[in-house]
Amino acid sequence: MTNSTEQAPGWKGVVNDWAADKETFNVPWGKLMMWIFLLSDTFIFSIFLTSYMTVRMSATAEWPMTSEVFALTIAGQHVPLLLIAIMTFILITSSGTMAMAVNYAYRGDRKKTFILMLATAALGATFVGMQAFEWSKLIEDGVRPWENPMGAEQFGASFFMITGFHGMHVTAGVIYLIVIANRVRNGFYEKKGYDIVEITGLYWHFVDLVWVFIFAFFYLW
Amino acid sequence: MTATTAEQQHPISVYLKVWLLLFVLSGFSYMVDFYQVQGYLRWTLILIFMFLKAGLIIAIFMHLAWEKLALIYTILLPTIAILVLIALMAIEADYTFLTRLIYFRFV
Repeated sequence: MTNSTEQAPGWKGVVNDWAADKETFNVPWGKLMMWIFLLSDTFIFSIFLTSYMTVRMSATAEWPMTSEVFALTIAGQHVPLLLIAIMTFILITSSGTMAMAVNYAYRGDRKKTFILMLATAALGATFVGMQAFEWSKLIEDGVRPWENPMGAEQFGASFFMITGFHGMHVTAGVIYLIVIANRVRNGFYEKKGYDIVEITGLYWHFVDLVWVFIFAFFYLW
Repeated sequence: MTATTAEQQHPISVYLKVWLLLFVLSGFSYMVDFYQVQGYLRWTLILIFMFLKAGLIIAIFMHLAWEKLALIYTILLPTIAILVLIALMAIEADYTFLTRLIYFRFV
């Protein structure tokens, strides 16, 4: 009976889900709540990026060339934006290992799930480490939230606010991953089911997703 | 519970392919900067690669492609409000910029 309404395609299905005398969403409670949380987080990051757009568009001083600000010199070779590119690849890789962890969790392979989640956490920690390096480099160059020797002052404020908030999310994610990974290893979820790994994964992929937008708008634009 | 468990059984190769694709797309967006593509072409390319990457992450990694429409709409539709905010703020920023040009030209 419920099956036939659940499988109704398109708008009919949506209307059924919302109007029928049953739960609207057929997903585990925790997963739905994580999605709602991520939606609210989307708004927070969107507001940061929008305010960044506003101050950048209205700044009369020259906006610094991010491609030069974040360049690295390796073996005498000047490579633009290299650090950020490496950070991007690290975060994408961590998303890949996380997706695989979710898959193995549903297959009931605790050991592989644990290892993959730990690998994800390690990659996340590497990312935060590189961000700390980037921050200290910019602070050394005299960039502050209120001033910036390379041009528009608003650059400093936007940079520290946006990357700082994202870095905080990554740090929280690393801790979250380690906690859940340990519980997976201990068999804590044997009776509860492994939805929690997928929920953790949602959070982690979201952190990667936000970085995609920061990379495009803040570093490349 | 069993329903969700069954839905999650995608072969690992799906993730590896998406992973590879994200790598390539990130490489492309990096190339936009590396080869100093400028102007409208730069912005268009950045946006295309960005949306492709975001779409892959949301649809495959976050499994949204396999969720029901009721959930998909709940998550995606509210983001329209963000587009409205961006449009409003762009107008506002333009106005601020022009005002600054008139009154603070000496800066």
